Amino acid sequence: MPFLGRMPSQINTADRVTILQGTLDLLILKTLVLGACHGQGIARSILRQSEEAFFVDHGSLYLALQRLEDKRWISAKWGLSENNRKARFYSLTAKGRQQLVDKTNEWQRLTKAMGLILNGGPSNEEA
Amino acid sequence: MFRRRRSAEDFAEEIKSHLELEADDLEGEGLNAEQARRRARVEFGNAQAARERFYLNGRIAWLDNFVRDLQFAIRQLAGKPGFACISLLVLALGIGTSVAIFAFVDSALLEPLPYANPNQIMAVSESGSRGPGTPLSYPDFLDWQSLNKSFSSLDIYTGAGYLLRTPTGTEAVHGERVSGGFFRTLGVRPVLGRDFNLGESQPGGPNVALLTYGAWKRRYESRSDVIGKTIDLDNRPYTIIGVLPQSFSFAPNGNAEFWVPINTLSTHEHSRGFYAFSGIARLRDGVTVQSAQNEIRGISQQLQRQYAINGHDLNANVTPFSEVVVGNVRPILMTLLGGAGLLLLIACVNVSSLVLVRTENRRREIAVRGALGATPMRLIKQFVTEGLLLALLGSVGGMLVSLALMRLLVRLVPKNMAAGMPFLASVGFNAHTTAFAVSVALLATLLLSATPMLRLSFQQLRGGLTDGDRGAAGLLWRRLGSNMVIFELAIAVVLLAGAGLLGRSFYRLLHVPLGFDASHLATAEVSVPSSMYTTDEQVVALYREVVRRATSLPGVESAGITSRLPVQCDCNTDDIKVVGRPYHGEHNEVNERHVGVNYLSTLMVPLLRGRFFTEADDKSRPGVAVINRTLAQKIFPSQDPVGQSISNDEGGHPSVWQIVGVVDDLREGPLDADIAPTEYFPMNQIGEHSFTLAVRTSQQESELLPQLISALHQINPDLGVSNEISMIEKIDMTQAALLHRFSAWLVGGFAAVALILGVVGLYGVISYSVGQRTREIGVRMALGAQRGTVQSMVMRQAGRLIFAGLSIGLTCSLGTSMLMRSMLFDVPAWDAITLVYVSLLLGLASLVASFLPASRAAKVNPVEALRAE
Repeated sequence: MPFLGRMPSQINTADRVTILQGTLDLLILKTLVLGACHGQGIARSILRQSEEAFFVDHGSLYLALQRLEDKRWISAKWGLSENNRKARFYSLTAKGRQQLVDKTNEWQRLTKAMGLILNGGPSNEEA
Repeated sequence: MFRRRRSAEDFAEEIKSHLELEADDLEGEGLNAEQARRRARVEFGNAQAARERFYLNGRIAWLDNFVRDLQFAIRQLAGKPGFACISLLVLALGIGTSVAIFAFVDSALLEPLPYANPNQIMAVSESGSRGPGTPLSYPDFLDWQSLNKSFSSLDIYTGAGYLLRTPTGTEAVHGERVSGGFFRTLGVRPVLGRDFNLGESQPGGPNVALLTYGAWKRRYESRSDVIGKTIDLDNRPYTIIGVLPQSFSFAPNGNAEFWVPINTLSTHEHSRGFYAFSGIARLRDGVTVQSAQNEIRGISQQLQRQYAINGHDLNANVTPFSEVVVGNVRPILMTLLGGAGLLLLIACVNVSSLVLVRTENRRREIAVRGALGATPMRLIKQFVTEGLLLALLGSVGGMLVSLALMRLLVRLVPKNMAAGMPFLASVGFNAHTTAFAVSVALLATLLLSATPMLRLSFQQLRGGLTDGDRGAAGLLWRRLGSNMVIFELAIAVVLLAGAGLLGRSFYRLLHVPLGFDASHLATAEVSVPSSMYTTDEQVVALYREVVRRATSLPGVESAGITSRLPVQCDCNTDDIKVVGRPYHGEHNEVNERHVGVNYLSTLMVPLLRGRFFTEADDKSRPGVAVINRTLAQKIFPSQDPVGQSISNDEGGHPSVWQIVGVVDDLREGPLDADIAPTEYFPMNQIGEHSFTLAVRTSQQESELLPQLISALHQINPDLGVSNEISMIEKIDMTQAALLHRFSAWLVGGFAAVALILGVVGLYGVISYSVGQRTREIGVRMALGAQRGTVQSMVMRQAGRLIFAGLSIGLTCSLGTSMLMRSMLFDVPAWDAITLVYVSLLLGLASLVASFLPASRAAKVNPVEALRAE
């Protein structure tokens, strides 16, 4: 079970960052495929879609959003939410869409390989 | 990464909106507004931490810190304007002076000659008993030129004065006679027209002239049609064939405007024994100075054997031409550079100690910051930044100071000396100077940043919190500060001793016995157009008329003429033999002067034996001579010289001269040279077309000079009159006087600044120490110490520093004064009087500087001193 979210701070920083970054980025991109969304919406969506398994650390989320924005995989602009609150809406760029495809493939290859090793056979987890 | 896409405010806004949205959602799930808000906050986690992470993520931390350090440093400096002003001033002065002096050294010693491949250009000369630098004779030149294999070319030059006919009258102008290949040897090409061709440089060739750029601009308004024009020099037509480039300058005769080929030679100049032409040559590639010299020496000796010139102990000499140009200023420049370096050192030490005091006063601040979590590295960076800022501002100030100083120094060099220093034009910021300035600035930065770092690393940061400086921490600084002050005082002693020695040399030089009365003596050089005064009778009649007119002017007591004024140079020499004495080939080189009837009496030279010349000593009579005491003692040590005869070999004149008088030593040569043997021949028996008039007046010389010029022009408006000046000024403007004055003043200036800096440094250290020891002094006084005891305790501390500084400085100045021995005149390098005065001056100034804090210490109120803790 991939672990994400509030982590005990004693965990080795290098491990946490690499795992966290890769997965969190992928989850954000996947969420935004459905359309533009603000940070809180993305957090809720990840929580809901993972059936509450993933709790997103909001500090990390916003840093990840900023990072993706810096890489121009997503773009952001201020707008109004459905209940008329000012919010910063993120949407996928063409580059981000391509990245989502690439990252998804990469992830599937990784989980398949992991499954082969851990279960001694093809993974029964399908993405 | 330097661009920030989003402001921290924008990010905070986003977090705020997140919390609101989350609260809305939670409210929708059934929580009340207050609960929803709290829950949203809790679930978000630490919003402040998120903001901080965002902030740090967007920046390069060190740059951020640097900017903050810089801002802090600027605030620190601005908050202590006194400290900032003094440090910056001291730094700017130190850096500025050394950079300016370096610019001079660079242009004078590193790039002295404005010619192609200047290192190959050599001065070629005879070197006789008088040392190197004697000119060549024309026949020798021709033989050396054709026989040598070391030089790609060898040429000669000699100064000349001409009377130029201008629309407004006749003007005496400077020219230079050069052999045909002269400019090719230097690698200089005319910017307009052409160089001399082969026919023009052969004897009997046509009269042609090249103009300097300056003469072309000034006299002919830079017109290009000047080429081919005919000008009138000494009543002879010369065709202008070219204009020399603006960059061209020739140090041996900086004022020359007209350059003509040597194609007409006087009878003298054809003689192998008439040494009048300076040689200049370009070394072939790969030939060393030494091997060229060896070859020329061989040629010279062979020629002497061939022509049986056995009276001469002349030897050929080859020296780099740059040596001729800058040889005499090199020791001065090196001394100045040394002085400037020491000054820079004092400045840096002074500012460092100021910085140290500031660091010390900020112990508590440092300790507090350390306790609040600042790492030692951050604190060190903070101090490095402050040092950097100080050094940067100081360096910028230093550049400004050096620019001003360069301009000032160039202007300080008198015009007639500047003409011989073409390199002065290139003084300024070039690659070398800039590199030097940058390294000085870097050095200052290093020193200023390292000082507080040294202090910090020695110090227990936590100790600072308790404050009071009662512990050993202050002791270390006190020792460091004290050592710095000893160092400063020692340097001040070295500079003061140098300045004292140079000042005394200068004083001695100005008070060297001249052998005549130089006051109330007006002089002017006169050139006689040879086309108008052709016969000897005409010339001698003119001499009489000139002296008669001059003497009849109001206030004039007497007047006389000479071929060359005294205190100028040991040149125009002659080689003499004593008639009737067996000749063994010995060489008797003497100064030869031609003087008019009343000249020696006008100068008030004491007559020791015999008589002066009279009007009766003319061409119809056998040659007569007056000699000076040195010559008399040299060749007639045990005889009466009067009645003896000497002989020389000058074409066209009597070659035997009977001595009719002996005068006391009249200083013909420069102030700093020994008296040379000198012979005087009657002007009336020689008949020269240029002479100098010397007039003794009872009034001011400056009032007489204009009348003198108009009187001369009344005789004949075509007489060229130039260099009218009083004898005193003439002596003041000789190179020996100028060089000594220049160096004495400059090193004196350095020394004054060093003295002030050293004393201020001492004052700083003592008053700081008193400030730190207030409590201790209070305790002592509470226990019964008298005010006098306290004062003498502080004075003893200062006395130890002063004594150490003085003794180290005196020891060092022994070494430095040996180094500058060559610049001293008539003063021993280890001159006790100078050193005693220097010690007294510095000692007294230092005592005054430490007396103030000492008396402050004595006024400490023990009750307050103890309560203050």
